[in-house]
Amino acid sequence: MKDPRFTKLVLFLNSLVPLVLLLWDVYRKRVGANPLEFVTRTTGMLTLVFLLLSLTVTPLRKVTGANWLIKFRRMIGLFAFFYGSLHLLTYVAFDRLFHLTTIPGDVIKRPFITIGMAAFFLMVPLAITSTNKMVKRLGGKRWNRLHKLVYVAGAGGVLHFWMLVKSDTRLPLTFAFILALLLGYRLLLKYSPTTPQPGASLFPPR
Amino acid sequence: MAIKNDIKSSEITDKHVYLNRRLFMKGAVLAGTATATGLLYRSLNPPPPALPKGEKIAITNGAPSETANSGFIVNEKRTSLEDITNYNNFYEFSTSKGSVASAAKGFITRPWSVAVTGLVNKPKTFDLDELLKFQQEERVYRLRCVEGWSMVIPWVGFSLSKLLEKVEPTSQAKYVAFETLFDPRRMPNQSTSVLDWPYVEGLRLDEAMHPLTILATGLYGETLPPQDGAPVRLVVPWKYGFKSIKSIVKISLVAEQPPTTWNIQAPGEYGFYSNVNPEVDHPRWSQATERRIGEYGRRKTLMFNGYGEQVANLYQGLDLRKYF
Repeated sequence: MKDPRFTKLVLFLNSLVPLVLLLWDVYRKRVGANPLEFVTRTTGMLTLVFLLLSLTVTPLRKVTGANWLIKFRRMIGLFAFFYGSLHLLTYVAFDRLFHLTTIPGDVIKRPFITIGMAAFFLMVPLAITSTNKMVKRLGGKRWNRLHKLVYVAGAGGVLHFWMLVKSDTRLPLTFAFILALLLGYRLLLKYSPTTPQPGASLFPPR
Repeated sequence: MAIKNDIKSSEITDKHVYLNRRLFMKGAVLAGTATATGLLYRSLNPPPPALPKGEKIAITNGAPSETANSGFIVNEKRTSLEDITNYNNFYEFSTSKGSVASAAKGFITRPWSVAVTGLVNKPKTFDLDELLKFQQEERVYRLRCVEGWSMVIPWVGFSLSKLLEKVEPTSQAKYVAFETLFDPRRMPNQSTSVLDWPYVEGLRLDEAMHPLTILATGLYGETLPPQDGAPVRLVVPWKYGFKSIKSIVKISLVAEQPPTTWNIQAPGEYGFYSNVNPEVDHPRWSQATERRIGEYGRRKTLMFNGYGEQVANLYQGLDLRKYF
């Protein structure tokens, strides 16, 4: 891309569009009989969408050779964390009404929350180490290894969704299918002898 | 060597204009992609439909001691208002359960009156306001659709018997016939011939006089939304949902068993009684189980929809296979 700064702006604003529309719906009270459920579901879904998008960058880069895509991965990942935080906040603020003491019991009692919570906390170190400075401090190799956690977070997020849906599992299955494709592609690369390990560095020269 | 310059200076785009154009393009890209993202978000995650706004109805319930074994209040999780108002069988508006709410939006229910006639001493036409003057109670009933799904609905209404007592049925009256409004301008699907209009239903007089049989004027404490049979409908909780006729304009007391719409449509599939009965299957599907809206899996269908204790005595000696 000729103008990565502009592309980043486009990406940034587009990533905020769902939030703006969601807030607009809340403001107009167009959130149905169960607003809490609607907001929770929407923010949760957005978290998964951004998680999967961030996991799409590498396969897409390798398939198309469009290495510049890597420049946008951090922002996508941070948006996944951002929407995940909103999702958690919705739960803490409205479902538990800030009665923080009731949270541990609820987290344990409902396994899908246990898993969702774990997936969220896996994203915290990734968000913290997302700055250039942290990459330098950790070193590319260790940073890379740490950020493999996103696979676990993604799988946890999809499982969390799957476990809470009561009957219509089409949507969680769709997420699971896409996740399987994205992770499967990585496995294939790793264990396929004919494919040379890609030489493209994680951080191409600026 | 002189470079021949073909471009007149007047044709060179001014830098100012060039930058403006660039800015404009960027703005267009931003606006365009944001709109596309917005539309994508909207189509994937449409906001839930707005809930109907009814008027509050003053409710006076009988003392718990009086209603202990009445079946008036089922102690099961109530189906959400959202589901109750967006999953409807009301062919006068649409044959698609998800489309009734939008098709019925704006249905005008005032003025409205219900004529009670036939074999009665005091025939009378009740204005809607007069119907609302009957003491309104909350009745939380199971509703079992013949299609195999069910809900738990907190109705507001009053026992039909109270209305019938006012008109004094004569001794010849054996059945009660009900009729829905016929007005294709207000009920657009009545201009099709999917059913014989107007919709008609009927009960035996003793069924109609049973305290569980109500005329409902509301649900969840507010007046009925159009899609649920506004402004007044019948609710007979131990029979399949289609017996609970909606938007009633006429009630007649008669001597002979009256015709009923679904029985006319398919006599082999829908009987006059249509009591909920897990042992008598519909010719095209089993009635042994049902899907409770909002629940996972299926639950067992109960005899008389769980109201056997209250109503089984009405059918003693009647072959329920024959009189399905």
